[in-house]
Amino acid sequence: MTSLESKPRRGPWKMPFEIHLEPRMDQPRWLGWVVTLGAVFLAFFIGAIVLKLGGGQPLRAYGFMVRAAFGNSGVLSDTIVKATPLILVGLACTLAFSMKLWNIGAEGQFFLGAFGASAVVLTPLLPPETSPWLMIPAMMIAGMLAGALWGFIPGFLKARFNVNEIISTLMLNYVAVNWNNFFIFAVWTEGGFQMSPKFPLTAWLPRLTDYAKQFPELRGLTTHLGLVFGLVAAGIVWWILFRSKWGYEIRLVGDNPRAARYAGINIARNTVLVMMLSGGLAGLAGMSEISGVVHRLQGAISPGYGFSGIIVAWLAKLNPIAVIPVAILFGALIQAGREIQPSGVPKMIQGIVLVCLIASDLLLRYRVRVVRRPRGA
Amino acid sequence: MSGVPLAVEMRAIRKRFPGVLANDDVDFELRQGEIHALLGENGAGKSTLMNVLSGLYRQDGGAILVNGLPVNLHSPRDAIAHGIGMIHQHFMLVPTQSVTENILLGLDQPRFLMRLAAYERVIADLGAQYGLHVDPRSKIWQLSVGEQQRVEILKMLYRGAQVLIMDEPTAVLAPQEIEGLFKTLRAMVAEGKSIIFISHKLHEVMAIADRITVLRKGKVTASGVPATETSKGELARLMVGREVLFHLEKKPSNPGVLVLELQDLQAENDKGLPALRGVSLQVRSGEIVGLAGIAGNGQSELAEVITGLRPASGGQVLIDGKACIGGQARGPRSSGLIRRLIRSGVSHIPEDRTHVGTAPNLSVTDNVIMKSYREQPIARGWSIDSAQARLRASALRESYEIMVPTIETPVRLLSGGNLQRLILAREISSQPRLMIAMQPTRGLDVGAIEGVHHLLLAQREAGAAILLVSEELEELLSLSDRVYVIYAGEIMGEVREAEAATIGLMMTGSHLSDLVREGAAPA
Repeated sequence: MTSLESKPRRGPWKMPFEIHLEPRMDQPRWLGWVVTLGAVFLAFFIGAIVLKLGGGQPLRAYGFMVRAAFGNSGVLSDTIVKATPLILVGLACTLAFSMKLWNIGAEGQFFLGAFGASAVVLTPLLPPETSPWLMIPAMMIAGMLAGALWGFIPGFLKARFNVNEIISTLMLNYVAVNWNNFFIFAVWTEGGFQMSPKFPLTAWLPRLTDYAKQFPELRGLTTHLGLVFGLVAAGIVWWILFRSKWGYEIRLVGDNPRAARYAGINIARNTVLVMMLSGGLAGLAGMSEISGVVHRLQGAISPGYGFSGIIVAWLAKLNPIAVIPVAILFGALIQAGREIQPSGVPKMIQGIVLVCLIASDLLLRYRVRVVRRPRGA
Repeated sequence: MSGVPLAVEMRAIRKRFPGVLANDDVDFELRQGEIHALLGENGAGKSTLMNVLSGLYRQDGGAILVNGLPVNLHSPRDAIAHGIGMIHQHFMLVPTQSVTENILLGLDQPRFLMRLAAYERVIADLGAQYGLHVDPRSKIWQLSVGEQQRVEILKMLYRGAQVLIMDEPTAVLAPQEIEGLFKTLRAMVAEGKSIIFISHKLHEVMAIADRITVLRKGKVTASGVPATETSKGELARLMVGREVLFHLEKKPSNPGVLVLELQDLQAENDKGLPALRGVSLQVRSGEIVGLAGIAGNGQSELAEVITGLRPASGGQVLIDGKACIGGQARGPRSSGLIRRLIRSGVSHIPEDRTHVGTAPNLSVTDNVIMKSYREQPIARGWSIDSAQARLRASALRESYEIMVPTIETPVRLLSGGNLQRLILAREISSQPRLMIAMQPTRGLDVGAIEGVHHLLLAQREAGAAILLVSEELEELLSLSDRVYVIYAGEIMGEVREAEAATIGLMMTGSHLSDLVREGAAPA
């Protein structure tokens, strides 16, 4: 046996200090905010170093970005227009993730929502001269139903056959895009172009600029009613998750499905319902985007809102109210990004913010201590 | 002191965690060739002290001497280099690999070629030397828990451990496996090894230990007392700081109407094999009926069937004379059935507090309303009345002495005893007709156990029918009015007044009727 024994190994050179991580027993309420803000600042600091190394002037670049996103009412309005679909999609993901349903199909549900809303106008289910008071709600309902259908499919497959929703929702994204493409190219094409005819004005969501006659300062502001959808939806999702019986079931299933079953909760039914509402919210985002911004069905209606929504939901730590400021921050990055560089710096900052925020989670869960390594180690 | 050299000496060990001084100038000494028990309630600092000794934690103050020389232990690797090895409660083994592979894992040799056959022989010899019988070629997943523990011990012996720290080694073992473990421990001591045995079970400590050190709230209350010079009662007092009642004050039982009746109940386990083969029993209101048996003989499945979590494959369950499950039972299945049972007053203290009984990241409030959120006054239409929910949580926290900073604290931060009190508070506050209590005191310390016992007896006096499943025979006999013994999914018989020996025979598969015929038990 002795011949097989291992020799004690000489360690390499060691730091004179070591870092200890100890799990936190309690999290004060302020800690989350401080750490989150600290992480965002750190991200911009790191970004500044990269900009400096690249020969740029970080402070000027940041100043320019802030002006480009928030500098005047016009760009602020544009930022909010970008944030609007992100709020809705972020809420869709927040709801599903609260039950640990990994709906990464918000992009597809967004496209189907746009399709459903368009179908009301283009089929046409309602004639163009219909009153907006009927047209807009009809488009909302159609958009949400189409999105909900796109959520129902993976929800049902998961509840009934335990099909992994990550795969099914991801795959359905491609189906949704191509479904839309079929209608854009073949059915509702305008003179062979890859887009539908423009919607009649009755199918447009009201924008601030529409009221420029009474309030001249609103001229040119494109913020549309979709923002209100987003804010109201945030309130509703918050109420559902934290004040309703259903939301309690969602959180219980999300945290411990076995305890939920022990409490008599129908997990399969909730899986289907949550996926449908999640899809419905993403569908509403699609409706709001084409009715409020694009005003026609076309291929390029989303620069990946559905996927950004996943990040928004995470950064908001699945808090529906926090989704609003996070979505605006992302809207600002999209908006400012377009102004200074088509790609590059804004994407980099987005990435660094994300990494810093995810890494900062460690500080919330652990206490970090630096201790001197004793001699003779 | 005697002339026996000390294997380990710990002097004035101090270790602080956020908010708690886990070890407050603790002295501990281990002689060569002894079994030294470290006794204490949950949270007394036993595990902390031993984690310091095994290199997992670093002490804030104090010194460790091994064989008389001061040492610095920075990692378990350092500790094992000094001959100290710890066997944790939760095994650290790779299920898909063989015993030999697991033992060699992380060592410098073999370097590249595995030459497993040679190592297998060495490990088999080592096992034979200490009575640790396990096939070196078996995969870990094929082994029972007891065998896996042997692999952990072999792992430490192979690494040259002279001092073995065993953290509550009997918690996972069946009674007959415990006897085997004790034999191994004695064999190892005879070979000159020294053993530290962490436990909070008094009778085991009395049975195996040479000397005993008791910790209470991070301080030593008894240091190296020979087991022959102390008693269970004295140790219990040293552990909890007051006299513990071993004999429960129990009013005579006054059974009322029949609440629960199982008729020829059958069910399958998770692997699809029969787990219950025709179980029939009755529980009346105002009595505690015990179900004794070695773990894995169908107790878990029985509790799950009665609470609707597992389908019955035959027979039926009647509650208050109405068929609820199986047989002629009409009505919903699965989650609907569970809801119906909850409504009709069946409460369930599940075996697994953390994975079934609670949602770890939700608050105390959210966990307390788990069974009552559908009904008034917690429910208000579609919404939950959060003021009412908080009120309920505060009231239960008060009356069941659940120690938490606030009712918004996530329950993952609660200790085992507090978590169990939370579950008991929830399940008892619904004033159940029928209570299925699975291992309600498992892993709790003496003080907490006493509290749980009193809560159960109070329910019995309030007229609840209680089916108590426990592996602690002593507890079962002192609490229950009647005891059924289950073996391999069958009831071996019902006893009222019986010796532990009779029940022991029944737990290993003898029918009571056979024992009576053979004269091994009174008729």
